[in-house]
Amino acid sequence: MAIVRADNLSKAFRVADKQPGLGGTLRHFVQRRWRTVDAVREVSFAIEPGERVGFLGPNGAGKTTTLKMLSGLIHPSGGRAEVAGFEPRRRQRRFLEAITLVMGQKQQLLWDLPPLDSLLLNAAVYGLDDGEARRRIAELAEMLELGPELTRPVRKLSLGERMKAELMAALLHRPQVLFLDEPTLGLDINAQVRVREFLEAYNRRHGATLLLTSHYMADITALCPRVLLIHQGRLFHDGSLEELASRLAPCREVRLELRDPVPAETLAAFGEVQQLQGRQVRLLIPRGQLTGQVARLLAELAVEDLEVRDPPIEDLIGQVFREGEVRAGAMT
Amino acid sequence: MRRVARLARVARVLLATQYAHMLEYRAEIALWALSGLVPLLMMSLWIHQADMGVAPSGGGAASGAELGAAIGGLSRVELARYFISAFIVRQFTVAWVVFAFEEDALQGRLSPMLLQPLHPLWRYLTSHLAEQATRLPFVAGLAGIFLLLVPWAAWWPAPGRLLLAVLATVLAFAVNFLVQCLIAVLCFWSERASALERLHTLAMLFLSGLMAPLELFPPAVRQAAQWTPFPWIIHFPARLLAGAELDAAAGFAALAAWLALLLPLTLLLWRAGVRRYAAMGS
Repeated sequence: MAIVRADNLSKAFRVADKQPGLGGTLRHFVQRRWRTVDAVREVSFAIEPGERVGFLGPNGAGKTTTLKMLSGLIHPSGGRAEVAGFEPRRRQRRFLEAITLVMGQKQQLLWDLPPLDSLLLNAAVYGLDDGEARRRIAELAEMLELGPELTRPVRKLSLGERMKAELMAALLHRPQVLFLDEPTLGLDINAQVRVREFLEAYNRRHGATLLLTSHYMADITALCPRVLLIHQGRLFHDGSLEELASRLAPCREVRLELRDPVPAETLAAFGEVQQLQGRQVRLLIPRGQLTGQVARLLAELAVEDLEVRDPPIEDLIGQVFREGEVRAGAMT
Repeated sequence: MRRVARLARVARVLLATQYAHMLEYRAEIALWALSGLVPLLMMSLWIHQADMGVAPSGGGAASGAELGAAIGGLSRVELARYFISAFIVRQFTVAWVVFAFEEDALQGRLSPMLLQPLHPLWRYLTSHLAEQATRLPFVAGLAGIFLLLVPWAAWWPAPGRLLLAVLATVLAFAVNFLVQCLIAVLCFWSERASALERLHTLAMLFLSGLMAPLELFPPAVRQAAQWTPFPWIIHFPARLLAGAELDAAAGFAALAAWLALLLPLTLLLWRAGVRRYAAMGS
């Protein structure tokens, strides 16, 4: 049974529309104009307990709005959400104990005090007794490799240490569902890797469900066997990254180094010739024909080197969004 | 019962944490305490007025207490005691929910608070109480210094009266805190509720008795002020502390009535505001 479910979830915002300049300002003052922005449009998906799901999409695609609806912070304009058996918008105590929302650097730690003070405060808020709280703090500190940092004022910590402490504060009550909005934003590569490893370990140890957004594709590829791709408020893809890659790029790229130059007409029999420079060739071959065509290439031509590669997934996604190929109803 | 025990534990930990937090700002809090010297400045002004009114009685060497005329029925000593009391009461009834809440809303700190199983107003309440505890030694020091400057006004209230004054100050703080919460909740509709707070500060300054005891106001203004919460926040507890003759029961009834009105109104508006926040996004 799904632990996170969105059924035709929609969110529309009413925003004031003001033209620039004095005239625009006066008109805005006398007769304010509004327009409706559809941030999320009829998005549906279901996530099973323990899944790790990445939420992809460009800025303004509706990722954060969806996370806020699922965590109960904002109310949907339409559709329905259900998380851990609760309707998020009602924000019942047991629902709040079952979830957490980590929003980048929007901190819940008290800036001038050591993280330990904030952690003990959170323990009291979530009704953990002192012994249990200290056990969980020790466990999380070990997983996140935090020690003396817990007794140093938050303002003295590095960004990476602060983010780890934020994660500790967000996870102390051991939520079943983690909504993570850019958890590695601004961190250096090492810190990003540690946070990723921690999230994976937390997921394995506690069977928690993760739904995370990130601008770093490495976060998604390392953590999420399943991705949701959203653009202009609509869900475009729900499946694995590999499936996404094959949807976005139905062909794979084959790079060849031949012993002798071969005419383009000969090469065209194997696939679409992208580049031909002397003995260097780049071909695009449909995924379904790849094995057969590569075997033919090796059998029929004098091949010195052969490489099959996928274009980087972020390039594919970026290209699709730039070309405006994501259209209403594109979800299959 | 378990809920009460849990709340008591949360309150204890919140108070301890907020006190530690406030201690980090002790220098700032000392400056805030100093910024609340208005009643003491007004004291010197009104005593000077009293001295200008009538020459010392008896023609001989008069003590400081005997100098001057009564203003609005208050003698020189009563004026001094009133303003010192008003200073002390002000220090323990001051509330700054609007500024804290507005900053939290604009900085995005409100969202994590809304996702915890604890009403965010508890955090503001405990941070105010912790701030008062931090402020206590500064207030005691400043009050001591001023009593040294006007030794003829020194007094020690009777234990019963002191207890009533403390109770009135606690209730007055609760009323002021709720008034501030009410204005703060308007942040859900307007991101700049602090503009309204400035209007509130002005009313507070003149109608609460910080500038002058209400007895010095024209009767019509005095009558009108009685229907606002302001005189009950400063004037009433200060008069109690100063040992003045007054109808204490009426004062406590007024404070109770304001609490009974403000508490449900604040909670109601809060719920409506959170729904709006939720509807608009953050």
